[in-house]
Amino acid sequence: MSEATSQKIPVTVLTGYLGAGKTTLLNRILSENHGKKYAVIVNEFGEIGIDNDLIIGADEEVFEMNNGCICCTVRGDLVRIMDGLMKRKGKFDAIIVETTGLADPAPVAQTFFVDEDVQKNARLDAVVTVADAKWLSDRLKDAPEAKNQIAFADVIVLNKTDLVSKGELSEVEARIRGINPYAKLHRTERCSVALADVLDRGAFDLDRILDIEPDFLEADDHDHDHDHHHHGHDHHHHHDHGHGLKHYHDEDMQSLSLKTDKPLDPNVFMPWLQNLVQIEGGKILRSKGILAFHDDDDRYVFQGVHMMLEGNHQRKWKEGEPRESRLVFIGRELPEEAIRKGFESCIVS
Amino acid sequence: MTEFTPPPDSASIVSVTDRVKPLALGMGVTSVHFLGPRAAFVGGEENVALVDAKGEITTVAVHSGGILSTASDGKRLVMGGDDGKVVSLDAKGEVTLLATDPKRRWIDAVALHADGAYAWSAGKTAFVKSGKTEEKSLEVPSTVGGLAFAPKGLRLAIAHYNGATLWFPNMAGSAEFLPWAGSHHGVTFSPDNKFLVTAMHEPALHGWRLADNRHMRMTGYPGRVRSMSWSAGGKALATSGADTVILWPFASKDGPMGKEPAMLAPLQARVSVVVCHPKNDILAAGYSDGTVLMVRLEDGAEILVRRNGTPPVAALAWNAKGTLLAFADENGDGGLLEL
Repeated sequence: MSEATSQKIPVTVLTGYLGAGKTTLLNRILSENHGKKYAVIVNEFGEIGIDNDLIIGADEEVFEMNNGCICCTVRGDLVRIMDGLMKRKGKFDAIIVETTGLADPAPVAQTFFVDEDVQKNARLDAVVTVADAKWLSDRLKDAPEAKNQIAFADVIVLNKTDLVSKGELSEVEARIRGINPYAKLHRTERCSVALADVLDRGAFDLDRILDIEPDFLEADDHDHDHDHHHHGHDHHHHHDHGHGLKHYHDEDMQSLSLKTDKPLDPNVFMPWLQNLVQIEGGKILRSKGILAFHDDDDRYVFQGVHMMLEGNHQRKWKEGEPRESRLVFIGRELPEEAIRKGFESCIVS
Repeated sequence: MTEFTPPPDSASIVSVTDRVKPLALGMGVTSVHFLGPRAAFVGGEENVALVDAKGEITTVAVHSGGILSTASDGKRLVMGGDDGKVVSLDAKGEVTLLATDPKRRWIDAVALHADGAYAWSAGKTAFVKSGKTEEKSLEVPSTVGGLAFAPKGLRLAIAHYNGATLWFPNMAGSAEFLPWAGSHHGVTFSPDNKFLVTAMHEPALHGWRLADNRHMRMTGYPGRVRSMSWSAGGKALATSGADTVILWPFASKDGPMGKEPAMLAPLQARVSVVVCHPKNDILAAGYSDGTVLMVRLEDGAEILVRRNGTPPVAALAWNAKGTLLAFADENGDGGLLEL
């Protein structure tokens, strides 16, 4: 992590549908003996019992940036609150933004991309979504917000696992994976998850985009005593029935993974990617990529939220490391064929 | 960014750095205002440091948390805090509690009228207290971004999302909405009461000619405008947000419409705060690299007040007579210059 990044205050966005257990997780984070101070931005000010010195009530005011891009929305209240909080630098180590159950995480994330002043002082660490194991499957059918929150997540805390049978649990996990195979998933009861699993994840840190593998079965249970590492499973064959995980293809929210071991032409790829997010940015919730460019000894990494992209050369390819390019898109009604064709046209022939 | 080093003894720029009385305020500073003969440096939280012409510092506790907003008329300083309180500090150093938000919400904006009325906002609601009359309030459609009193009459401008609202608190049903898409933060009336200007979340200003609500778009900034100051007599509006001071002409009845702004005092750093001299056509500008310059509006001639190489200048103010200039950077290293 670069020095500039490490000095910025990390911001964790906590989402989840109504009743999933966001407040429980928040209170766990605050009450644990970690010696850190958090500024907590909540929506329902004073309504719920949160024991913390620095609690700020937010209004979830989402507004469009005046740049003609309709999906470029930011949280105006967050801009203002961050401004105020920065006057008290040194009084807290990290910020947690709790959203309402019905909120779309995108404007929160985009605030950290778009606003210069916010960007100067803070960095988005991760979007953590708390999901209710008992009711999530239903919510994914009737609540588009719930689906958004799963699709957007870097970390999913699948809570209330004690209230469902084993079969129901794998059913709901399969549904989550049908939407977002890349988030780290933790099964919990009463949101009992190690803090290190939800905080300081660096999910938006370009330097930490190490690999983009699906997270299948990695966190098979929450104490991690027998991790099954199944690297090499990518989207093309991730419906692995051997683990009892059914494959669901969500009707409108999908992930799309692209891969090639041939070098890409940056002069074709960059305009293609820019153009893709310009046109389809409304549908693409998250994107990430590690790229091997032709005649370039450095890995290039990028990530994006809707139309916003940021990317940089990350480091030299290591000796013996396969120079593969991998891209992941999570979104709604993604034009898969067009994206695949476009990507292939970027390969140096 | 390459560091700009003003040639120390070059003839091209006059320096008065040796005449500055340095101040170590010992706290992060966000603004400064003169209260009578003393400069009141407002801390990021809790305290105000009152500094007399000799450089003697008296610290006064004003809030029990962050200080979010300030306004001053030279006689007193009104502040809003994240403790939900509106307080005022007078030239003697006495603190008065003016209002407390019942829900302890942040006081995001404050404004002070020449006749002593004051205004503050919490969330979407703006409040006005004038003389002995009851406090009055108005709710606007979204969170208040900024407040300003008109120079004439008891009229308050409230900046918010998608425009600004003009409100006569003493007249029922009088709020007038001036629409313009986007989020509006700072707001100011021209001293002649003819124009209203807002600083937007986008790097732009927006203005309305109040006679006919005609729009004035003032764009081209690389960064958000956080500091606006009217020149003596209101002929021009000086602003931060670029690597030069941007000076919009307001002398004619059309304001800056169809005109180019003047660009003064270019450096390889952003202007972070700008304040015009109260009497003469001079301004002081603070930059993101810690530089402070005095600039003549007519020809852009510069005088170096403080060298670069520190955190951004956060606070800058003239006293009412224009004989003292006070400044401080974000970390609280400041100075006083007597002219």
